[in-house]
Amino acid sequence: MLLLQQFVNSIMLGSVYVTVAVAFTLTIGILNFLNFTIPTLFMIAGMMGWALSYYGLPLGLSGPLPWPIALMGAVVLTIIASLIVERFTFRYLKTKYGDSTEHAIPLVSSLGFLLVLENLVRIGYGTDSRRFEGPDADLTMNIGGIFVRVPQLVSLAVTVVIVLGLTMMIKHSRIGRGLRAIAENPDAANILGVDTRRIVPVVFILTGLLCGLAGALFAINYGEVSPAMGEDIGTKAIAGMVIGGLGSIWGAVLGGLIVGLIEMMTVHFFGADTVQVMVWGALLLTLLAYPSGLLGHNTIGKGKL
Amino acid sequence: MSGYWAGILSILAINIIFAYGIFIPVASGQLNLGGAGFQAVGAYSAGWLSASFGLPVSVTIAFGVIVTGVIGVLIAFPILRTKGVYLVLATFAFAEVIAGAILSSEPLGGAMGISVPGYIDWYVSVIFAGLVTVFVFYLMATRFGLTIRAIHDDEDVSDLMGVSVRNVKVAAFGIGAALTGLSGGLYAHSFSYIEIQGFNALVSIYVLLYVLLGGTQTAWGPLVGATFFTLLPEALRSVLPATKNFLVTLFGETGIVAPPDESWRFVILGALTVLMMVFRPEGLVTRTMVERLQFWRPANRGVTQ
Repeated sequence: MLLLQQFVNSIMLGSVYVTVAVAFTLTIGILNFLNFTIPTLFMIAGMMGWALSYYGLPLGLSGPLPWPIALMGAVVLTIIASLIVERFTFRYLKTKYGDSTEHAIPLVSSLGFLLVLENLVRIGYGTDSRRFEGPDADLTMNIGGIFVRVPQLVSLAVTVVIVLGLTMMIKHSRIGRGLRAIAENPDAANILGVDTRRIVPVVFILTGLLCGLAGALFAINYGEVSPAMGEDIGTKAIAGMVIGGLGSIWGAVLGGLIVGLIEMMTVHFFGADTVQVMVWGALLLTLLAYPSGLLGHNTIGKGKL
Repeated sequence: MSGYWAGILSILAINIIFAYGIFIPVASGQLNLGGAGFQAVGAYSAGWLSASFGLPVSVTIAFGVIVTGVIGVLIAFPILRTKGVYLVLATFAFAEVIAGAILSSEPLGGAMGISVPGYIDWYVSVIFAGLVTVFVFYLMATRFGLTIRAIHDDEDVSDLMGVSVRNVKVAAFGIGAALTGLSGGLYAHSFSYIEIQGFNALVSIYVLLYVLLGGTQTAWGPLVGATFFTLLPEALRSVLPATKNFLVTLFGETGIVAPPDESWRFVILGALTVLMMVFRPEGLVTRTMVERLQFWRPANRGVTQ
């Protein structure tokens, strides 16, 4: 019974990883770009949600906002931050000689953004973790002896809806067709009439939206945010993405859940100290033995960065 | 020599060696985002040997270099089967596995860290940094350096021209790992205390940024990058409070002003990274720049032969 409870917990934990991992896999699958600002965007969503509900709007425009409005504002801010990142990491960067490290330019640039955004938040709000006053927290359901917290159930549902919506959008809409064309070959897509400069920001809006929602759900579920909250989630989401296969949305879903499962089972059987070794060991093994992951295409991310 | 400058010089020397350790794989086109992992291996093997058996510093550092080099070569064979994003992720994962393994290992002190008895003065690190610099300049001037550059520019063509791509890459990775191990050993003995939190993912990011911002085309790049970015925070340490004081007095405020937050240094490093990637993505020092600055030029340069 305890094991079953752990299993349910691992799915709840995994659903946060899933949302962030989908953001990672989307930028890598479509733009061939490993966006290291994603954990930071996740953190910004949480911290901004807290700041809006604690201080209210800047310049004394309002008092502390109620938590749902604060979180919505936080998601909007995260999307804006993501678009700023797009301006500087992706828009102006064209490779000139095509040698092997030049493709790393957006990646390096996103590492720079990681430092800037993270430290700005630290300067603004300090490094301590803060209590987020969400909904009255003790909404717990007892289903046949298994305890499930309602906010977690809601966030699982939200995650499922997002992923389904995203898949539908990419498969059936006009924008989705453009995105798939860019993923296939950006130059050819451009020649054939896909307006790359207007479609690429869509990826970053989606990234911001996914990270924002993940951050907001995290704040509701755990009731605590801090400037360091992105690192742990971000690295585990990367692990989930790789295990599921780069560039595959359903792979990221599967991988995120698997990472949640590995984490919970490791804590259950070996204790919390070995989690890092297990998760990253699984990632390293996947990379070395079966690089395309469980559901990935083996063309994505090869040779390019 | 005051303790302050001695500390800065030893960290500068260690960073230069560390940057060269990352530079050699990057010069052959392999981004290594696991620098902190290799440095941790060097630091912990030297520190452990010194703390447990009381061996002299020369032996422990040599042991650290050998262990890291061997691990580098062993890990290079599987890791170098991957390319592009996968290689970045694999090196990153390797560093996380090392950090996790050390964190959960009792003899290595776990989260407590270990104190290292053998102490070395600042000039030892500086001498080593000089030797390593000369060695890397020599290496880049040899046939091996030429093949590294060729592989960086185009792997397939170098393969066709008879370069054994895999051997050169493994050798570059191994030499780089050994140098990184040297920097780790020197770090352990210079600061007498090591803990695994000091070898986190941010350290890997910083050192990769030093190398890429300095430029990967010549051996000058890491030297310039590491020196600039190690000394920049120290310069800012005095300039930033002065600027803040000046601004505050402009607005007519008197009294003691709180010094600005340390985090501004990293904001500036990140912002510089983003700007460099937009305006000069090949790094500060390029091959053409070095050739232009040379007083004595080879006679036939630029003449058809």
